[in-house]
Amino acid sequence: MQDITIHITDREGEKHTVLAPTDIAMNLMEVVRSYELAPEGTIGVCGGLAMCASCQCYINSEHSLKDMEDEEDAMLSESFNVKNNSRLSCQIPVSETLDELKIELAPEV
Amino acid sequence: MIKTDILIIGAGPTGLFTVFEAGLLKLKCHLIDALPQPGGQCSELYPKKPIYDIPGFPEILAGDLTSNLLEQGKQFQPGFTLGERAETIEKQDDGSFIVTTNKGTQHHAPIIAIAGGLGSFEPRKPKLEGIEGYEDKGVAYFIKDPEVYRNKKVVIAGGGDSALDWSIFLADVASEVTLVHRRNEFRGALDSVERVQELKLINKINLITPAEITALHGENQIEGVAVTKDVETQVLEADAFIPLFGLSPKLGPIGSWGLEIERNAIKVDTLDYQTNIPGIYAIGDVNTYEGKLKLILCGFHEATLMCQSAYKLLNPGKKFVLKYTTVSGINGFDGTRKESPKAVVKAIV
Repeated sequence: MQDITIHITDREGEKHTVLAPTDIAMNLMEVVRSYELAPEGTIGVCGGLAMCASCQCYINSEHSLKDMEDEEDAMLSESFNVKNNSRLSCQIPVSETLDELKIELAPEV
Repeated sequence: MIKTDILIIGAGPTGLFTVFEAGLLKLKCHLIDALPQPGGQCSELYPKKPIYDIPGFPEILAGDLTSNLLEQGKQFQPGFTLGERAETIEKQDDGSFIVTTNKGTQHHAPIIAIAGGLGSFEPRKPKLEGIEGYEDKGVAYFIKDPEVYRNKKVVIAGGGDSALDWSIFLADVASEVTLVHRRNEFRGALDSVERVQELKLINKINLITPAEITALHGENQIEGVAVTKDVETQVLEADAFIPLFGLSPKLGPIGSWGLEIERNAIKVDTLDYQTNIPGIYAIGDVNTYEGKLKLILCGFHEATLMCQSAYKLLNPGKKFVLKYTTVSGINGFDGTRKESPKAVVKAIV
């Protein structure tokens, strides 16, 4: 399986283009952490359980993503800085269909 | 002043296991935690979630792990200061430390073990102009004493269990309860959602959804809040505004204790997990070193090594050998003794 390319805008507005593996069950939050694009302790705080919204991101491309489950939807309903294109990056598995995905990290709360 | 051998900051799994390991070395522990109950993230964030990588437990709920750890350490009679945040640390002339909480409780110990996980859990505050000026003047992020709200007009914001549960509770205490949530759907226990529905029907709870609080009003005290639904805004009279948007961990005051911090964590020597200040250790998710993994099982290992080092620091030159509980049993500080049954030597004739 091939690595895919993801374009990530960090919280300072800096753009990064990174390669993400599709064969080790990674999610987008883990990709951000593995490239250290947000300080430790400010992203993925709950470990990826959709329980803290610290990994909220905005999806800036037209990719078809995995549907939102109730836990993610409910967490976003209580979060801040939420927009129509908000998702919790911990709930989006990295797959080959996400090649060239563009995301932006939501501000830290 | 509370005195102990090892003062543990953080009552999560790593802090709780430290009590046991220290107890085997006859060292007494006291724990401080900002949360009102022990267990850290395990009890606050995901008590009903299973954990699959605790050695010897193919599956255990995070809440059960906390209960088991409390049970395991019980015979060593740990003390707890809960619902208070460790705020300041002062080194004494003899090398010991005094740690004071935000409520002024003082603790004296020769050894400090910071097992603070991701930090202390602080309420997530909505971005409303001037909200900080109203804190303790009508705005509260926790409900410490519900009686404060007796016969008052209370507005609660949020869509989770705490917003639901407190709305239900205060419906019988306050003169008016308004619950405002951004969505029509609530994330909480089914019976709580149904109870709020019932209380709404009998006008005990004024439910406004999907809506948001957009401004606060009042001279020196909350007198009203603006609620925006669709594009219309109305100002509700209110004596109290309680936003309940969950908690998020912050390293907090520990970050300014003079400890070496790297990537929001405390740098330690992997020999014994001591920080750059002798006598202060950092174990579990709060520390960092090359190859660090934030796993509960790694926290247990770090706690064990840390206790051995603390013993040597407190008893310089004293000969010491590692004891196995299977061989030596456990002598509790409460007078209990646990040991394996002795084999019976008896001839069969």
